Amino acid sequence: MKKKLVSLIDSPGFLSAMSSISAIVLGLLFGFLILLISNPGQAVQGLGIILQGGFSGGAKGIGQVLYLATPIIMTGLAVGFAFKTGLFNIGTPGQFIVGAYVAIYIGVKWTFLGGVQWIVALLGATVAGGLWALIPGILKAYLNVHEVIASIMMNYIGMYTVNMLIKRTVYNSLKNQSMNVAATAEIPRFGMDKVFVNVKGNLMDTSTVNGGFFIAIAAAVVIYILLNKTKFGYELKACGANRFASRYAGINEKRTIVLSMVISGMLAGLGGGLLYLSGANGRHISVIDVLAEEGFNGISVALLGLNNPIGIVFSALFIAYITLGGNYLQRLAFMPEVINIIIAVIIYFAALSLVVRQVIMYLRRRREQRAAVKAAASEGGAQE
Amino acid sequence: MEDYVVEMLHITKEFPGIRANDDITLQLRRGEIHALLGENGAGKSTLMSVLFGLYQPDSGEIKKDGETVRIDDPNDANALGIGMVHQHFKLVHNFTVLQNIVLGVESTRHGLLKMDQARKRVLALSEQYGLRVEPDALISDITVGMQQRVEILKMLYRDNDILIFDEPTAVLTPQEIDMLMEIMRGLAKEGKSILFITHKLNEIMAVADRCTVLQRGRCIGTVDVKDTTREELSRMMVGRPVELELKKNEAHPGETALEVRGLSMWNRNRRKKLLDNINFHVRKGEIVCLAGIDGNGQSELIYALAGLRPIDEGTILLSGQDITRASVRKRNDSGLAHIPEDRHKDGLVLDYTLEENLVLKRYHTPAFQKHGFLDFRAIRENAERLIDAYDVRSGQGAATTVRSMSGGNQQKAIIAREVDTGSEVLLAVQPTRGLDVGAIENIQRELLNLRDQGRAILLVSLELEEVMSLPDRILVIYEGQIVAELDPKTVTSQELGLYMAGSKREEVVG
Ligand SMILES: Nc1ncnc2c1ncn2[C@@H]1O[C@H](COP(=O)(O)OP(=O)(O)OP(=O)(O)O)[C@@H](O)[C@H]1O
Ligand SMILES: [Mg+2]
Repeated sequence: MKKKLVSLIDSPGFLSAMSSISAIVLGLLFGFLILLISNPGQAVQGLGIILQGGFSGGAKGIGQVLYLATPIIMTGLAVGFAFKTGLFNIGTPGQFIVGAYVAIYIGVKWTFLGGVQWIVALLGATVAGGLWALIPGILKAYLNVHEVIASIMMNYIGMYTVNMLIKRTVYNSLKNQSMNVAATAEIPRFGMDKVFVNVKGNLMDTSTVNGGFFIAIAAAVVIYILLNKTKFGYELKACGANRFASRYAGINEKRTIVLSMVISGMLAGLGGGLLYLSGANGRHISVIDVLAEEGFNGISVALLGLNNPIGIVFSALFIAYITLGGNYLQRLAFMPEVINIIIAVIIYFAALSLVVRQVIMYLRRRREQRAAVKAAASEGGAQE
Repeated sequence: MEDYVVEMLHITKEFPGIRANDDITLQLRRGEIHALLGENGAGKSTLMSVLFGLYQPDSGEIKKDGETVRIDDPNDANALGIGMVHQHFKLVHNFTVLQNIVLGVESTRHGLLKMDQARKRVLALSEQYGLRVEPDALISDITVGMQQRVEILKMLYRDNDILIFDEPTAVLTPQEIDMLMEIMRGLAKEGKSILFITHKLNEIMAVADRCTVLQRGRCIGTVDVKDTTREELSRMMVGRPVELELKKNEAHPGETALEVRGLSMWNRNRRKKLLDNINFHVRKGEIVCLAGIDGNGQSELIYALAGLRPIDEGTILLSGQDITRASVRKRNDSGLAHIPEDRHKDGLVLDYTLEENLVLKRYHTPAFQKHGFLDFRAIRENAERLIDAYDVRSGQGAATTVRSMSGGNQQKAIIAREVDTGSEVLLAVQPTRGLDVGAIENIQRELLNLRDQGRAILLVSLELEEVMSLPDRILVIYEGQIVAELDPKTVTSQELGLYMAGSKREEVVG
């Protein structure tokens, strides 16, 4: 029994989970610091609210956590998947928003589809996200343009294009946002509206959560299987780890790079569809010149989840939980801007501390080289 | 009291699943050349890494000049005057040769690099020791052989006085090895102390004063080289007598398996022909050796045959089938196996496990996947079979990450994989590089077996002994051309050397 425990503690999976958890603790501590600075009197109470997260909102609150987790599971998967294959897809905001727009467009306009409208809308979102990632993928594979640069450009192109298209096609000018999608385009609730609801007398305060959450979970499972159990996953990871050896093995590494980017983009695009096909109470695209935060949060999610699909589901849930907790801070005397900062600080600080840890590990591996250089440098000085 | 510069006393180092060093004691005298001998995976590199501060021993003590020292990192090692040339080089690939050598010891004046002075010094060193390098070439563009020379120059440039060479000769040509031996003798005479890992007993007999033998992590003993023989050394390290002479039967070549006609390749800026009208063939049931000094086009030719580099003119036929434009996958699947020159760049995915690497060429075949899903049972069974057959040693068997394996065992894994594909044609580039004598014996016997079973083998070797003993025909390549076809039974090594150096040639037709 004891031996089992020791081997569990020694196992790499446990160690990496611990590193994520300690990163989260660090993030929370830092968040608390900001709370102290901005409103010392209510800082402790504020931290309590954040920690209570979604739970302070009752059953509906938990539903909202799932709703908010859904899109960032998808963008987290997008980033994590690409990373496993050696690519840094920082283009998730663009892919996400393009997917979202296509989903909304189909959801508003193609009512003739009837009951399958939501499915087609989600498919459209997936395809759009994939296409948006295709360009950086091709540039990377065939012209050796770094995917980070290409996908950042695609982010801005995507955002401005979508803003323009919304205004032309599915614009609710009263609220400066996209229109409500048709009822047949809403993702079915699968009974979740019965569970995640706060009943106050006759009033039903229902969560916006819907079957999209299950779709995101399914996507995580599919990606897990794809990466770990299939021939294609073997190729993808091999290309990420060693391009030359992959070529030697007969893998078409250019095609693999393109496909990897496309799949990553499809995940992010689907995430856009899952968030926005959610009825009048759900989210709408606001026509503002800001990149979709769900896209960037995908990076934090992937980092905290250590790029593991299952880990990503949990880290997305955590971030959604904290985000919601942060929103409840409005009950205290915190300004909304400060709340946003606090949430962002917790998320990014946690993610960052992981990055720092990884950098340290990386440096340690190379320390022999660096140390040799340093030692030699002091020696060189003596020679002067 | 003996005058020891470095003493490593009762060093023990464990890795998951394996005790790489088990109570090893090694004492280095001032000014001696001390060889370290042992089978692949015996723990030689680990022991040297402990001395260089890359690993901390679990127990044991290190003394420098009689005083106990702590070597926490290579920084400390360097401060103690300990330098190391690694088995796998540590060069910055997008830097030039010169930049790599002076990296970290740049002299500056007013914040500007004084590269001229550095260049002069590097050129002088390279001249003095006969280490031919192109100072302005990028590391990524030069051959493995030249990279090795850069590594050695780096150490000489830093004036270290305890020099660790981890298999420095594995990639050098015979001439270069002779020169290196000279250098090492010279350095020792100047009072530098050298630790020298090699698998080549001749080299130990030629330069070393003493030799410490390791076997599976344990120290078997230290012997004076002048009182021992090659046979004795190999028996000590393997634990059984080893056949140092290769016995082989007559070859019975059959039909042509690989044919190359008029193959030419230009360099990137199309100024120079790297390969110039190459014609030759390899028949089933024979071993043909492509002999030449490193950098004369043999790497490019193999890359061209394997489909890893496009050619400009010519035709390549595999069992009569034109594969000139075929993809790498197509070539692999139609019967071309390839033991590559650079095992880390091309041959292995270092972050994959041993079992994953053992199916690198065949994961896509029905034997290892069904409907796109990998068959992990089959992959594991395949690995276990090959590990057993080729004696691939590692800490955690099939599940070991290849990065953590010893160099020789990585090589054995590649050989196992490539030989096992059952391909008609095998391109074997320095197949026995980095292997211990026992393993070399096994691999060479295996190659002869394959030949007798009717496979066609194109061997590239820099090892003169191997060139003279293994093949049935020798093709000499010089400056991108095949300048002679020789019979190993009749040619002398001096004559072969003349052809390889380009001072003699004959008209050959393919
Ligand atoms: N970083 C590591 N992690 C885990 N195991 C390791 C590590 N480094 C070495 N080993 C294991 O320790 C053993 C000794 O390895 P080492 O590299 O010292 O062998 P070696 O004597 O240099 O062999 P070779 O002649 O093949 O280079 C091997 O079985 C290897 O798998
Ligand atoms: Mg070694």
